[in-house]
Amino acid sequence: MAEITYLEALRQGLEEELERDDRVFILGEDVGEYGGAFKVTDGFHERFGPDRIIDTPISEAAIVGAAAGAAHMGFRPVAEMQFIDFISCAYDILTNYVATARYRAGLSTPLVVRGPAGGYVRGGPFHSQMPEAAFFHTPGLKLVCPATARDAKGLIKAAIRDDDPVIYFEHKYLYRRIKEDLNGADDVTPIGKARVAREGNDLTIVSWSAVFWKALEAAGELEDEDGAGIEVLDLRTLVPMDDQAIVSSVKKTNRLLIVHEDTRTGGVAGEITARVNEQAFEWLDAPIRRVTAHDTPLPYAPTLEDYVLPQTADIVTAARWLLAY
Amino acid sequence: MKMGAGATVPVQIPGGLTEGRLLEIYYYLQLTRSLEERLVNLYRQSKVIGGLYRSLGQEGESVGSAYALEFGDILSPLIRNLGSMLVKGAKPVEVLRQYMAKANSPTAGREMNIHFNDLDLGYLGQISHLGDMVPVMAGIALSFKMRSEPRVGLVYVGDGATSTGAFHEGMNFAAVQKVPLVIIVEHNGYAYSTPTSKQTAVARLADKGRAYGVPSETVDGNHVLAVYATTKNAVDRARNGGGPTLIEAVTYRRKGHAEHDSQSYQSPDEIREWESRDPVERYVDLLQMSGWATPADITEIDARVANELDQAVAEAEEASTPAGATALGGVYADRTVDGGPLWFRSLDG
Repeated sequence: MAEITYLEALRQGLEEELERDDRVFILGEDVGEYGGAFKVTDGFHERFGPDRIIDTPISEAAIVGAAAGAAHMGFRPVAEMQFIDFISCAYDILTNYVATARYRAGLSTPLVVRGPAGGYVRGGPFHSQMPEAAFFHTPGLKLVCPATARDAKGLIKAAIRDDDPVIYFEHKYLYRRIKEDLNGADDVTPIGKARVAREGNDLTIVSWSAVFWKALEAAGELEDEDGAGIEVLDLRTLVPMDDQAIVSSVKKTNRLLIVHEDTRTGGVAGEITARVNEQAFEWLDAPIRRVTAHDTPLPYAPTLEDYVLPQTADIVTAARWLLAY
Repeated sequence: MKMGAGATVPVQIPGGLTEGRLLEIYYYLQLTRSLEERLVNLYRQSKVIGGLYRSLGQEGESVGSAYALEFGDILSPLIRNLGSMLVKGAKPVEVLRQYMAKANSPTAGREMNIHFNDLDLGYLGQISHLGDMVPVMAGIALSFKMRSEPRVGLVYVGDGATSTGAFHEGMNFAAVQKVPLVIIVEHNGYAYSTPTSKQTAVARLADKGRAYGVPSETVDGNHVLAVYATTKNAVDRARNGGGPTLIEAVTYRRKGHAEHDSQSYQSPDEIREWESRDPVERYVDLLQMSGWATPADITEIDARVANELDQAVAEAEEASTPAGATALGGVYADRTVDGGPLWFRSLDG
């Protein structure tokens, strides 16, 4: 089998789920005949027809609301946000209606909201967001953030098969930049399980999505230049969080660095810090540190964007501080 | 257009109805009104925990429209559409338990008033964010269309909800997808204290539907059979693939937004004027003038309703409130909320 890109892996996952389950359908802006702004659904319209690949008006609230209604009736809709930045237009429906439906009314709402997220692409303030924290706080939603092609496919399958609403943050920087040979496997990545991507004894780095690769790159550099053993965890799912994987790694390395692309204040790193504090405080030999974006909207100019977003060098610097503590 | 003045006597029973069904409509009107009166008593005894929302004067519109649906159709009520849920089979005891936050309420004490659902019977509970049910019901109607099922959705909104983005997006989506959905805008004059003149610059809310290319009409919301007939036409069109219809039902909110509301912004003359157009009284007059019901028929139904509500209130009162720890279940299908963050509760003194 040949290597396929992250985007192709996501596309395969969607296609295979459309094939295996006729309750699955896709709706969103330009997803039909055009095949989506990034061509994730390219060819689906011809293959599955306009009833299952539905072009919608520019109405994120209606897209998610209609997906919820259809999900109540037994369908498994996948709603595409053309850019995940626009999910904020559906914030009300997602947090008030969808997230609460099972709890307040016993309603099953098995839908997926997915879309291209993240920066490092010179997309400016409204095509680069990583709005994970805005939904991380809402009970009732699940959040997944694949970093690899294997998980791009495995998590979209898991998200579609899950009985609860899942937000799937796909990173557009990774779309065509990483490749993997999946051996054509029908592998489902379980929601809620982190992956130890690299083992080490001196420091744990917890990360996810595109910055995971920067964390991995930093780990290689630290081993080559400092002889440090860095353990890198790809969290993969933010809700439900795999506390156990984080805590057992921290108990081994006694040092924790959290790296995320989202802004710092109220970001997921704060919650991870609190959980490790609650569950493994005695094992820590150093304060928990985080490398995140600055607390600004994301600017357009390459020099500005690079300054705001976490870079490999930032991770190396932070890790060295922790290793020396 | 002058709405709601006097009783109009149709020459014949509207299509789809029989004399027996006409009496059943009266039963639901009386049940709705009387159930709310029972709730007022319980509210005054502090047995209703939260707010109480009346539909006094609007029962005709809720019952008449819901009555035009078939089994298998699904409606989503707004706060003043208790009558529509009763028509669809919701039980008074369930409504009482909801208001009284009982453990055996349909939502086990998690949600209030008429925020509950039974999709098998055909009603989907609303949330408080106005307009949100329009896109959700458009999705339910979309599911009917995708499966080629001859089923119809019906969603109620008020004049206030027509100002929300979700209403706009849902209407437009439903129109473009041509889903089998009927949208009833109850134009009752006020959204809390805000009169329609401060809500929208159009005189007729039916104009909003026309803007989306949706056939729209205005009906006297206090004329039960007119509401029924108008809704029936819309439901038939939707069922036959004709897509959505918007119906503006002109009515009047004779009580405040909720029971605590002083209604200082509504003039007594205005309220009195609409009392004279009471939909239930008009309907009784119509039944009797047309020879479709005798005074004895009406008395018999009144007694039946009173008896049923006596039992329902007694049943609801005896139920207990939910145990605190039951609050944790059911956020997700496959996992319970971790009790861990409340670690301090397990500390010794």
